[in-house]
Amino acid sequence: MRLDERYINGLMIAGLLALPLWALVADQPFTITLMTRAVILALAAVGLNIVLGIGGMVSFGHAAFFGIGGYAMGILAYHAQTYTALDLGAFTTEGTKFMPVIWLVAMITSGLAASFIGLLSLRTSGVYFIMITLAFGQMFFYFAISWAQYGGEDGLSIYVRNDFPGLNTLMPIQFYGICFALLCLVLALFARLQASPFGLALNATRQAAVRVETVGLNPMRLKLLAFVLSGAITGLAGALFADLNRFVSPTMFSWQLSGELIVLIVIGGVGRLMGPVIGACVYVALEHFLGEITDFWHVYLGVILLCIVLFGRGGLIGLLTGKEGAHV
Amino acid sequence: MSDPVLAALNLNKSFGALKATDDVSIDLMPGEIHAIIGPNGAGKSTLIQQICGGLQPDSGLVLLGGQDVSGHSTQARAQAGLGRTFQISQLCMEDTVLENAVLGAMGAGRSAWRFWRAALKRSDLRETAESALERVGLREERGTRCANLSHGQRRQLEVAVALTLSPRAFVMDEPMAGLGADGSKRLTGFLDDLRAEAPILLVEHDMDAVFALADRISVLVYGKVIATGTGDEIRNNPEVRDAYLGDEA
Repeated sequence: MRLDERYINGLMIAGLLALPLWALVADQPFTITLMTRAVILALAAVGLNIVLGIGGMVSFGHAAFFGIGGYAMGILAYHAQTYTALDLGAFTTEGTKFMPVIWLVAMITSGLAASFIGLLSLRTSGVYFIMITLAFGQMFFYFAISWAQYGGEDGLSIYVRNDFPGLNTLMPIQFYGICFALLCLVLALFARLQASPFGLALNATRQAAVRVETVGLNPMRLKLLAFVLSGAITGLAGALFADLNRFVSPTMFSWQLSGELIVLIVIGGVGRLMGPVIGACVYVALEHFLGEITDFWHVYLGVILLCIVLFGRGGLIGLLTGKEGAHV
Repeated sequence: MSDPVLAALNLNKSFGALKATDDVSIDLMPGEIHAIIGPNGAGKSTLIQQICGGLQPDSGLVLLGGQDVSGHSTQARAQAGLGRTFQISQLCMEDTVLENAVLGAMGAGRSAWRFWRAALKRSDLRETAESALERVGLREERGTRCANLSHGQRRQLEVAVALTLSPRAFVMDEPMAGLGADGSKRLTGFLDDLRAEAPILLVEHDMDAVFALADRISVLVYGKVIATGTGDEIRNNPEVRDAYLGDEA
């Protein structure tokens, strides 16, 4: 069976719209929460897909940005809920519970971190790039563990979910709506970016870096910008993830999470628009349904991953469309 | 006489004890094809790399349009007007022919920092790309993925990408490599006309093409230029016959 990729994309979006509405009618709030988790992980992986899928950079440290986004939310909301001042050197603030501001701070801080990490790690490639990004991720992890002011190893609890004007964010369906809307927005951005001159050039750095230099473009700058955009999007996902759980802890920085984000993309299809989305849905579904049956569900995930890597390099989308490459 | 478009002055490059480039000076005048020939391992590729920016010479200068570009990166030299083709095709294999040409047009127009409108929908980029493809005879193949092109078509695409840059000088590393007799002949005709647009520094093993095209020929042996002159001068140079040409020519 050969399906057009656009149908698959449309079906996924329709499913992400219809299923939570069904869950709402059927009074299954847990399903909505589960799907919120999938949508947020998908958002984080769409960010990673910019560097991994288009640029071919295997970042094994994207948990750093996810965690920074999470802590940006945690710290701002913590000060707001305890009415304590947050001293930022130049000025002090009382924190905030206002989602748009939290998102902005999360994206800026993770984007800044990405520019710093990218500047150092993009000088390397291959295994060294994987290792250096992993090392940066671990630095943040251990920093968070020893950051006693914000809970250290125990993390931070936020008692009430943050506010969005006009919505009751504590209602699962409403919070899901926010996450879904942001995912759609970022997917639209990804699609434009991939087709734009910048996307074409970034894609070329993956395939033939020498060619990119020879036409007068700087591969390093292209990659760095991609890395910053990618980090900012994953940071935004981190802020939402923390809001979903109303809890931030150093596990958001764990290397396992960096690995999971890569796995999501590989399952769905590297460099595909909806690859991370399909990957995240499959991952969360397996985690939930297989997790109920056996504690060893990761074994089955491993088998699936093995099959995809061995028999379908284009991920699930590649299998369905019969096209291995992510080419549009 | 006018000034050279591209000039290498006293380039030296050693790898350990091996002198790969030994005090090489070479220049390219407007409207000419200057061929570099020499046996395998003579240091032709090393020389090209120093001219194009892949390798830093130990000493010596590279001038492009009279301006010193010795310290410039590859991309800065490309922007300054150096159009290069590779011995082994450097193309984006997953992309279409048109996308490869559009990449060149983007570099030339410095429009890689556009994020919104699709690259293939930008008429400025498309026009540059398509006219370059038209000239090398690849316009009909513009939707074909590069990986599905024949070897000869890839060589043509290499040239087309260089054309999109509208460079001041071309540096071509064995453009005939692997082309059949037919393809070689066609490309020879094409380069013959191209020199009027921008001069070509041509590294080539195909002696028929070299003698048919080159206004001047430099012979590189063990990293040294042993002779520079017209086709006839080179053909009749005893030292060159000894070192390289043998009875071939």
